[in-house]
Parts: sequence; structure tokens; C-alpha cells
Amino acid sequence: MKMLTHPTQLAAWKAQILEERPVFQKTVVVSNGTCGRARGSSRIIEALKRELDGRGLGETIKLEVTGCHGFCELEPNLVIYPGEIYYGRLKPEDIPAVIDKTLLKDKMIPSFVYEDPKSHRRYSQLKEIPFYRKQMRHLTQDNLRIDPDRIEDYILADGYQALAKALFDMTAEEVIREVDSAGLRGRGGAGFPTGKKWQFCRNESAERRYIICNADEGNPGTYMDRSILAANPHSVIEGMIIGAYAMGAAEGYIYVRMEAPQAVRQVTIARDQARKHGLLGKSILGSEFHFDIHIVEGAGAFVCGEETSLMSSIEGRRAVSRQRPPFPAQSGLWGYPTNINNVETWANVPLIISRGAEWYSQIGTPKSKGTKIFSLVGKVRNGGQVEVPMGIKLREVIYDIGGGIKDGKKFKAVQTGGPAGGFLPAEFLDLAIDYDNLVQAGSTMGSGGMIVLDETTCMVDLARHYMHFTQEESCGKCVPCRVGTRQMHDILVRITRGEGEEEDLARLKELSDSIMVASLCGLGQTAPNPVLSTLRHFRDEYIEHIRHKKCPAGVCPALVSRPGREAAPAVRKVKKTRP
Amino acid sequence: MTGVEMDALLRGFGREQKDLTRILHKVQAEYGYIPAQAVQQIARHLNTTASEIYGVLTFYKAFRLQPGGKYLVTVCQGTSCHVRGGARVFEEMKKELGVEPGETTPDRLFSLDTVNCLGCCAIGPTVVVNGAYYSQVSEDGVRSIIAEYRKRK
Repeated sequence: MKMLTHPTQLAAWKAQILEERPVFQKTVVVSNGTCGRARGSSRIIEALKRELDGRGLGETIKLEVTGCHGFCELEPNLVIYPGEIYYGRLKPEDIPAVIDKTLLKDKMIPSFVYEDPKSHRRYSQLKEIPFYRKQMRHLTQDNLRIDPDRIEDYILADGYQALAKALFDMTAEEVIREVDSAGLRGRGGAGFPTGKKWQFCRNESAERRYIICNADEGNPGTYMDRSILAANPHSVIEGMIIGAYAMGAAEGYIYVRMEAPQAVRQVTIARDQARKHGLLGKSILGSEFHFDIHIVEGAGAFVCGEETSLMSSIEGRRAVSRQRPPFPAQSGLWGYPTNINNVETWANVPLIISRGAEWYSQIGTPKSKGTKIFSLVGKVRNGGQVEVPMGIKLREVIYDIGGGIKDGKKFKAVQTGGPAGGFLPAEFLDLAIDYDNLVQAGSTMGSGGMIVLDETTCMVDLARHYMHFTQEESCGKCVPCRVGTRQMHDILVRITRGEGEEEDLARLKELSDSIMVASLCGLGQTAPNPVLSTLRHFRDEYIEHIRHKKCPAGVCPALVSRPGREAAPAVRKVKKTRP
Repeated sequence: MTGVEMDALLRGFGREQKDLTRILHKVQAEYGYIPAQAVQQIARHLNTTASEIYGVLTFYKAFRLQPGGKYLVTVCQGTSCHVRGGARVFEEMKKELGVEPGETTPDRLFSLDTVNCLGCCAIGPTVVVNGAYYSQVSEDGVRSIIAEYRKRK
């Protein structure tokens, strides 16, 4: 199928792909995302290719290479269909046995099967593994059957059907109403209702409008956006085309951070394929709607995640933020009304259009709808990406899906929301996760980072880590953020070296208050959060560092006693006073 | 880099401010850094000043004004890597290479850099050498990774 010039051709194309597809007895899926590659998935793929070709099995067993489907801890892995047999932590030399026993004789190899570390039960099927069982996968459900290099796989998963429905069965206003009544809120962190944001942009009269996909996912410990782009890029592109139709935009930008090279590559391939098949460009699917997407690679500046900085960066300038209002919906890219949504927000759109707002709004809590993907990382046993319904409890995510704390250690807190967020200690484990609950508990949803901490994490050191990050990433335009974060960082460094004073705690609070009130953009306004949050929940640890020159977690190098040596604070250099 | 080469490279790009970042990425991919002469030519191409180009390129972490080493070693400083021992890995890497981030070893074999998150957080601490990812790196791991590249030369 070349150019699609009519919506019914989508179904015809799907039928054609199905008809022309060779029939295989078995399919082996290997996920080849960033984590997988780091753990050697490419060598697994090579070994499989070599063995299958060498044995003349190329026509009976299909090898499918996909993006990440979440269970990063057990990479490299493979899944065998039918049966959905899951083998993890494989080595290339394991492949001949996998072929001989499992693929050819349907026999399990117990040592490759997942064993639950707590119950020691073995689960051979992917869907039985606790990590997957408790998830609710809508955005990531097709990751196991989509080779991101092939638009055909997305078409087989009924891709671009939502676009056809929006373009031909709905008016622009109806699309906005659907997204609005679904209750979708921005997945980038602020949680602003997406439908409202779209309406603001549409309401502005202008000769042109732009839409942007913010893929500058910069929160450390957070990687769901780049995984969506690398594993199922067409879902984001489809969401953007629908949004562009709803808002009347003819051009869109995807701004991807350069530290996610796989996402850049996959979304570029997907965009080019969409263009080739008439899903982007002039007269999409034969309609009167024209829209195209440009891909901009970032250049290593965290502040670009902030919308006004991101727009400066697309314009080819220094990525400094500016005063709002005017909001991007009024005056954005080159002064034209612009809508910016996060990757995951866009990926939700086709789902809402195809299954309807009523279906979508049944998932979640009264004020936070749908599912959310979290990067469950840190000191958790089963780290990876998990998609869960809003309203699930922290405990369920960390213990039931994540398998609890690594190495038999004790849970200390979970960090959510990245450098703008906060820490939730054990008393919050039964908190139902949604935008408002997290804010009320003193943290934020952020874009979905969930970093689990145990007793070996020093909270003062972690607060210092975050301030180091924000002071380094501050764009430098406004003084409170540029100078204030630096001052806070220096104080925290002193405390972690055993040179702190009790007055420092009041200084930190005072600096925090000024920075939050006086900073120009979100980066500064939220930068003190990790410090305030640790001061609130872990003040004792600060006191230990200051008063007793001790780091209870044993992290801060200057305060950790080594065998045969007493813990001693670093000697403070005496400043020479000038006469 | 010659002026003629640079002119040929620039011919593939538009002449608006928005084309600047793409041009800089391309120049850096081609030469490993942004040579001073390139800045002058980019400024002429975009009909702007060299100071404008320097203003933009020094804002972003991606661009360097000096050539780097043969191997670019990037140590992840993200939060997940940090709580899993990333700080010790970073210290060990500095010691092993004898340079600070942003610097290159005297034999021009290694440049050291940091990054705030590489997005493979569940398997950190992570180190990347010229695009090859190493996961769950320990202090010993640092030494063996570097030894491997020293052997390759």
C-alpha cells in the first residue's frame, strides 16, 4: 500500500498485510530498548538469527525485535508465542538450548523462567509474573507486537483508526469535547486538563498555530517518554495529528532530548513512514486537512522541558524561559498560538478517540483519569516501567509490582516528581496515587519518576544531589534561581562534610521561600522542593550531620568512619582574613 | 576542516535562526567539536554575528569548542544511578582517567563527561563509552572498562 487517499484504505491495508504475512509456527520477541541494549540484547538477537538461519528455521520461527516492554531488571529477555513464555537474563550461549528445547519441543527451561524472589514460585508465562499481572497496560499493550521500524505492525494493531474517526466522523470541536470529558490531564507534571488547553489554543484567532510534543524528558530517573517514542512512536504521531486537527494547526514539532538517541531515531523513521503513506502532509487520508511534523533534537539543557524555554530552543536561541502570561496558547512559537503537550499525553489521545471518553473516564480516580506509566527505579527489586491505573496505592506499585526492596533492606522513602518533587516516607505507602493526592502529601506526580530509597540512602546527600542538579541546569536568566540554588547547594555541601551549623536549616528554609516566590519559571519555583521535603520528613538526619557529624546512612564520605579510624569531619580550611 | 568543506556542509541547511542547532549538531558530528572558523562561517550563513553563535552554543552541554579524546566516557549522574552507587563510580572514573569532567587525557585517548540521566535507570549505575552502554557498573567495573579501551588504543 502506498499513499492512503481514503479512510477505508486503512482497513484494506491491514487486510493486505495479514494476507501477505508469512505464517510462522512460533514467534520469538526480543525487546531491544536502551536497557536491553545495555545488557546485551543485540547479541541475543544476533545469536537467534545465526541459529535460526543455520538450522533452516527461518521460515517456521519468526524473530520479532521490539522496543522496551518494561521489565528492565531482567534484560535481556525474550517472549515466545504462542504461550507467552518469558525467559529473562539470557546470555547468547543460552540461545541454542532455547531453540532445541522450548521452540522445537515445547519444553520449559526452568533456569530461564522467572522466579519470584519472595515466594520462590516460578512463573513461565509473562502475564502471570507479578510485575506484569498487576499492571493495566493500555499505552504499552502493543509494545510486544510492534517492531518500531515497521508502520505495518502499528496498522495491524488498528493504528491510525482513531485518526480516521476524528477526521471523518467528528468535528474539531467534538474531538476537543471528547478529550475534555475523558478527563485527560497533562502527563508532563502540571496535570492541566488537556481538553481545556486545546480549547484555549483553538480559541485564539491567528493565521497559523503550532503544536509541540515535549519529549525533552529530563527528570533524572525518569524514562517513560523516550520508551514510548522508541517502542511505539506512531501512537504519539497519531495523537499529534488528531490534536492538530482539533486545534487547527498545520505544523507540529517533536522536541526530543539528545540523550535519548534511540527515541530520536525511531520517531524519525516513524514520521518518514507516516509521510510516505499519506498520514502526514497534504490531504491526510484524502481529507482537506494538512499537517506535518518536524523533529528537533535537543542539545543537553534540562530547562528545555519548561515550555517557554523549549520554544526558544526550537527557534534556535539560548533556551531561557520567559514570563507567562502570555501563555503559549496565546503567544508561543514565533509569536503564534502554540499548544505543548508531553509525549505520554499525546499517546493517550488515540486511545480516547477510539474507545471513547466514557470508557476512558472509568479508569482512575474522580479527578485523575486513565493510566500512568511510572519509571520504578532505585532500590527496588523489579525495576522497570510500569503502567498502572491512577488511584493505585504506592504500596501496590512498590511491593506487588516492584517486589519490594532490594537485598533485604528496609524501605525509607519514595521520591516522586524528580527535582521538582518530594519524598514520601513509609506512612504514605497507602496513598492512592493521583495528581492531587501527591501534591497534598507534599510531592508531585511529575512526569512519572518513582525512585525507591532504602536505609542506605542519605537524605541530606540526596537533597544535595538535587540542588547540584538544579543549580547546574538553571538557565541563569533570573537571579533567585541562578544564585539562590547555588547558595542552597553550597550550604548542603557544607552539611554533608560535617561543617554545617544549626542555623543553616533556617537559612535553607528562607532561601527556599525566596526562590519559590521570585523565580521566573517552573525550574526555580520548584527547585527547593526536595530540600523542603527532606527537612520535613528527615530533619533528624540533618541534625545528625550537623550536631554529631555523623551520616546515619553511611554515605557522606567525610562523615563515614573507616576501619581503624574514627569518623572525623573534614577540617575546615581557615580563611585568611585580610588586614 | 577547510572553508570549502564547511561551505559544502552549510549548503544543506536553511538560513534562519531555527536552523542553527541542527547546523551545530552536524558540525560537531563531522569534526568532533565546533572549530572557531566554523563559527565565523555559520554566522555569515545565517546573516548574524559570531557572538550570537557562541551565545547559543555555549548555552548547551552538547557542543564543545575543543576536540575531544578518541573515546568519550560519559558517567550517568541521574538520581537512580546516584542512589545505586553512581557517585563512587564517578569518583573512581575521575581517579582512573586522572581528569575532571570536560577534560581530555594528555594522550588524547579519553574525554570525561557527565550526564544527568541516560534513561536506563533500572540497571544503573550506567557508563557510556562512545555510544556503548555499560550497566550496573561498580568501581572495579570502571577499571576493567577503561583497561579494555586502553588495550584497543
